Amino acid sequence: MLTTEEKHKIDHEISLVPSPKNACIEALKIVQQSHGWVSDESLKDVADYVGMSSAELDSVATFYNLIFRRPVGRHVILVCDSISCWVMCYEGIRDRLSEKLNIQYGQTTEDGRFTLLPNCCLGTCDRAPALMIDNDLYRDLTVEQLDEILEKYT
Amino acid sequence: MEKPLTQHIVPGRAPLSLKEYEQVGGYQSVRKILKEMAPADVQNLVKASDLRGRGGAGFNTGLKWSFVPMGPEVAKPKYLVANADEMEPGTFKDRVLLEGNPHQLIEGMIVAAYAIDASISYIFMRWAYKVAAREIIKALDEAYEAGYLGENILGSGFNLDMHLHTGVGRYMCGEETALLNALEGKRANPRAKPPFPQVSGLFGKPTIVNNVETLCCLPHIINNGAEWFKGLSKTGDAGTKLYGISGRVKTPGCWELPMGTTIRELIEEHGGGMQDGYLFKGLLPGGASTDFLVEEHMDLPMDYTAIQAAGSRMGTGTMIILDDQTCPVGFVHNLQHFFAQESCGFCTPCREGLPWVEKILLAIDRGEGKPEHLLTLDFHTKYLGPGNTFCALAPGAMEPLQSALKYFREDFERHIHEQHCPWSKAKVWQPSI
Repeated sequence: MLTTEEKHKIDHEISLVPSPKNACIEALKIVQQSHGWVSDESLKDVADYVGMSSAELDSVATFYNLIFRRPVGRHVILVCDSISCWVMCYEGIRDRLSEKLNIQYGQTTEDGRFTLLPNCCLGTCDRAPALMIDNDLYRDLTVEQLDEILEKYT
Repeated sequence: MEKPLTQHIVPGRAPLSLKEYEQVGGYQSVRKILKEMAPADVQNLVKASDLRGRGGAGFNTGLKWSFVPMGPEVAKPKYLVANADEMEPGTFKDRVLLEGNPHQLIEGMIVAAYAIDASISYIFMRWAYKVAAREIIKALDEAYEAGYLGENILGSGFNLDMHLHTGVGRYMCGEETALLNALEGKRANPRAKPPFPQVSGLFGKPTIVNNVETLCCLPHIINNGAEWFKGLSKTGDAGTKLYGISGRVKTPGCWELPMGTTIRELIEEHGGGMQDGYLFKGLLPGGASTDFLVEEHMDLPMDYTAIQAAGSRMGTGTMIILDDQTCPVGFVHNLQHFFAQESCGFCTPCREGLPWVEKILLAIDRGEGKPEHLLTLDFHTKYLGPGNTFCALAPGAMEPLQSALKYFREDFERHIHEQHCPWSKAKVWQPSI
């Protein structure tokens, strides 16, 4: 069930476009913002609300990297694996995160705190290697900084 | 040296507020066009300035606009979209403009919208630019409040709404027709052309999509004229350019310099030269989808014409350096993994060809390469080339591959002959953990 607040926000997005369908990505973002991800149930709720079939909406949802169709942890770590970060040896960062959190790409820690994902270029290549946790960008990274950074996220 | 686009950007300091921006001459171009110029005058001035699209294609901006149908009988609303998706690996120049001076972008967008008589505009920006999003929202509020946006702007009768749309990730969104599909709430597959977006774009209406840096040039061209803009350049391609360098140089970064600054000057003076212990081996001049250039090209001016004549493209103008301690096969493998992953899957050569290329590069990288692999890679550079695919993604992907096979063929052959990567194990590109 969409909450009143979610419906209110989705209505606003619908008001800006010719047809409710055109607001479907915005609607998915709104639902993901409140739940962290988009469950099958949420997907159907949004589809019904904007007048699409679930299959049609899922074809859109699964196209985009940052609509999560599986549960994620409270914090999502996006490790840039693009060319400049690779040239600057980002693998040490990735491996240290994987080892410390005891998860691989696509997995979530048992306590539900972190999900680890690879991500293509974060657009900060002059300060590689880089990663993002939620809305925060970290750059010029060294392996030594990781413990302190992770501590900020509970 | 004039740096019109970045003169008010100070790293580490908040961007200018609307008031501060006005104090240094901000929004003067809007006042000028609304008072003194017809849309056709703006189009002609920009055409005469030789401003070429800074997103990578380098098409004359005024000419692009001229394909938009004008006049009272044309389907409305018309749209202007700022392409702020900047997802080309190795590219970070628009971030500087978006975070550093959002009012300059808004001003440029008003000029562009006026030139094509658009009444609705969008900034389509990638999700990762959180700081930029915050600053743009603030600047949009200020611009609405001051009457630069909305109905009857400065009493001229011209109306323009402007919205920020942040994406949800996918390289394809940078392709202008795919971007329009994304804005419409669809999968970001590219569209067939014709019809071109100028005639039938967003929601089927006439639409122009311009890159952020392109739009940011406009206020300065309006204020100072076409000849001034051409005079900023060292070569035949007009204006200044935001150049960037990433990789093993001493001071990587982004700088606004005269168009046509040489590659050598960029690397040695602005990038500080190679880091100690690393030697230059090659570079991609303008993002992941451009052909390698090597030592012999160091004295070329970085502009559209010269870089194209050398067999590559200036692209976004943000170069990625390949050093001697980075395996060129691994470098290309990383790029092809990216392109294979980002293919939208719509057309067969791209959907099937790019993973095949990636698989072969993985085999070569791992020491399992066969001599015939090189022929298969050569074959792909032709069959995934221009004209064989629905959009430019796969041909773009083939650019670094074909030029790596040309300039670094010995390194590929050595991998196959020795059955291992001659560079250190750590530098084999492994997409998974």
